[in-house]
Amino acid sequence: MLANAIVAMIWMGISAYAVFGGADFGAGAWDLVAGGPEKGRRARALIEQAIGPVWEANHVWLIFVLVFLWTAFPEVFVSIGTTMWIPLTLAALGIIFRGSGFAFRKWADTVGRQRFYGAEFAGASVLTPFFLGTVAGGVASGRVPLGNAVGDTFGSWLNPTSIFGGVMAVVATAYVAAVLITREADLDHDAEMADYFRTRALITGTIAGALSIVGIFILANDAPGLFRGLTSARGIVLLAISAVAGLASLYLLYRRHYFAARPAAALATVSVLWGWGAGQYPWLLADQVTIAQAAASDRVLWALVIAFVVAGLLAIPALLWLYRLTQSRRLGEGEMRADSTEALMRDR
Amino acid sequence: MDGPLFADLNLLAARNQMAISLGFHIIFAALGVGFPLITLIAHWRGLRTGDMHYLELARRWSKTMAVLFAVGAVSGTILSFEMGILWPGLMGPFGDVIGLPFTLEAVSFFLEAIFIGIYLYGWKRLSARLHFLSLFPIVVSGITGSFFILSANAWMNNPAGFRFIDGEVTNVDPWAAMFNSGVWVQYAHMLLAAYMVSGFVVAGVYAWGWMQGRRDPHHYLGFMIPFTVAALASPIQILVGDVAARRLIDAQPAKFAAMELIPEGGTNVPLTVGGIYRDGEVVGAIEIPGLASFLGTRDFNGELPGLDQIPDDERPPVNIVHVSFQVMVGLGVLMLVLSAIFGIVWWRHRRPPQGRWFWRSAALAGAASVIAMEAGWITTEVGRQPWIVYGLVRTADAVTEADGIIWSLIGTTIVYIGLTAGTIISLRRIAVGFRRGRDVATPYGPPSG
Repeated sequence: MLANAIVAMIWMGISAYAVFGGADFGAGAWDLVAGGPEKGRRARALIEQAIGPVWEANHVWLIFVLVFLWTAFPEVFVSIGTTMWIPLTLAALGIIFRGSGFAFRKWADTVGRQRFYGAEFAGASVLTPFFLGTVAGGVASGRVPLGNAVGDTFGSWLNPTSIFGGVMAVVATAYVAAVLITREADLDHDAEMADYFRTRALITGTIAGALSIVGIFILANDAPGLFRGLTSARGIVLLAISAVAGLASLYLLYRRHYFAARPAAALATVSVLWGWGAGQYPWLLADQVTIAQAAASDRVLWALVIAFVVAGLLAIPALLWLYRLTQSRRLGEGEMRADSTEALMRDR
Repeated sequence: MDGPLFADLNLLAARNQMAISLGFHIIFAALGVGFPLITLIAHWRGLRTGDMHYLELARRWSKTMAVLFAVGAVSGTILSFEMGILWPGLMGPFGDVIGLPFTLEAVSFFLEAIFIGIYLYGWKRLSARLHFLSLFPIVVSGITGSFFILSANAWMNNPAGFRFIDGEVTNVDPWAAMFNSGVWVQYAHMLLAAYMVSGFVVAGVYAWGWMQGRRDPHHYLGFMIPFTVAALASPIQILVGDVAARRLIDAQPAKFAAMELIPEGGTNVPLTVGGIYRDGEVVGAIEIPGLASFLGTRDFNGELPGLDQIPDDERPPVNIVHVSFQVMVGLGVLMLVLSAIFGIVWWRHRRPPQGRWFWRSAALAGAASVIAMEAGWITTEVGRQPWIVYGLVRTADAVTEADGIIWSLIGTTIVYIGLTAGTIISLRRIAVGFRRGRDVATPYGPPSG
């Protein structure tokens, strides 16, 4: 029971990372395809403004997931790590490229250098979720056996379910990002950029929907165990929620209700992840080890509950405050406010 | 070198990859802990005195911090991947034992990342009061975060909080693991190192500018604030370092014997300065009679452990440990002397020393502090070998069995070379941009203020 609660916490972390971290990755993807320096300038400015203050905080969810996983289910963590070392190393290096490219681009002094760092940031923004998606696909389709590098070095992540997971991750992050940035543009009363990202959100959302239908056939053939779980009562409900939320988000985008489209898009993403979780339950590694078998002792799990509560009391309110500040445009560029530090500096 | 350790290519690759990624990250982690404190002092002085040089410094430092923090965050993230990818023999049996401090570190990192975003982007549109206050959580979470990380590291050196019966880990108590016997002294040593590195590195940049003729209030204050922080930390660091070294006599005698290069244990042990350990003997060292015993036990006839008491296959690579320990101590003493001179001159004249030698030394102290920290880290980590969990699990037994880790090492090395170059170039761009009186214009991205 306690172990199930910890898995739920890990899944909450994965969900938060998929939505918020995913939006950062997706924003990078849109940066990648925004066109040349002149053409893409406004889209890139908006992307920079949207993720600049928040990307590092959003990114911590991944660390939260990793440390909870290794504390509660250490043998599972190392089984995934050693079998999937190639995509995980590539994802980790991608995270390095992405964050550093984003930070360096701001200070590059020629367009050539900006393009170089921009390509680094944006290219890694596409590759990283792809590799993380292949890992998820490999775990979900039961390709990670328990033990030190026991699984197939390549086949564990180069297989139909993994490729589907990778592609889906890229499309879904691009979709969530487009929805969130549409709202950002709307907040700035920039109808042109709102339309720019609305169009892209509608296209990627439709592709994501089409992909999920293709996914049904892929999973039915390649991952029959997961497929059975997904089509069980629990799984089907969550997938239905995802489908309805996804359609609702597209409708809301179409009707230009950008504010409401955001939670709908987030729900569509999150319920797929919980569908995956429900589909696999009670196995942590399919047919290898269950949640109960892999779990650390209760004493350790209770310590994790305490850590979770501490995070909930300290980090979550701070995170919400950060989002509120960005949404009310109290961070970043714009007209200087009379009570700001810079105004103080100017006045003296 | 030591055969068993380097026999296996996978082990060699995994250890080097870990060394590169940790040795890189530790610099940015230290700056991430110390730099916000220095910035807070400048910001606070600016608000109190109304001298805008202080606030201008804080504003520039916040932009530098943005780059440093981004590089620190991403280079820290890969470490949590590598723990699982490279070291299943550590994280599999013991992930639950040492997981707790890492989860609490994640909370600290969360707060740090959130408030650094607020401080960096809050100059123009956040109220001045909230903007200033947002610095405090950054400083505090640096202090707590380094505790949790050092707790995990201290545990590898002083395993606690579990019972090891027939190769099985049972009775796990994560709280006892977190508060293991080495944690407080290692934590104090690292926290002070972070403040020294941040202080000396930032001060070193301004000392360099001062020598280039940029002798204005901006460079003066930009030097004084960080140098004072580092100068205050230096003497405390020497005291803490002394405690840290002496507790190893009982806690980790092999590490101690390697650090001090003691081939034969006993009483009245001489201090070995320099020298190489070859075939069981010390070659080319200056020996000061009885001093090692005195430093270790406060008694010239005190008894110290020697390498002869350690089985061959339980000795760390002696020369690496000895050299890095002496580099750390030597540079630490030099920084202490520089700090003391600064303190005395300040006390008598209310100004820093004026000689060219002082500014030159101060500029060099930036590099020296980083080298000393790296050397100290090598001392404690290489000195722990051949164990990954001291006395229980060998590093060689903990490594992944996946083939081809060498490719991971090659890829990682290339990425870190690029990352280092990009960081240096960006920091130089920021400095040059400031000097020309403008932030860099960004035609590709948004216009910046």
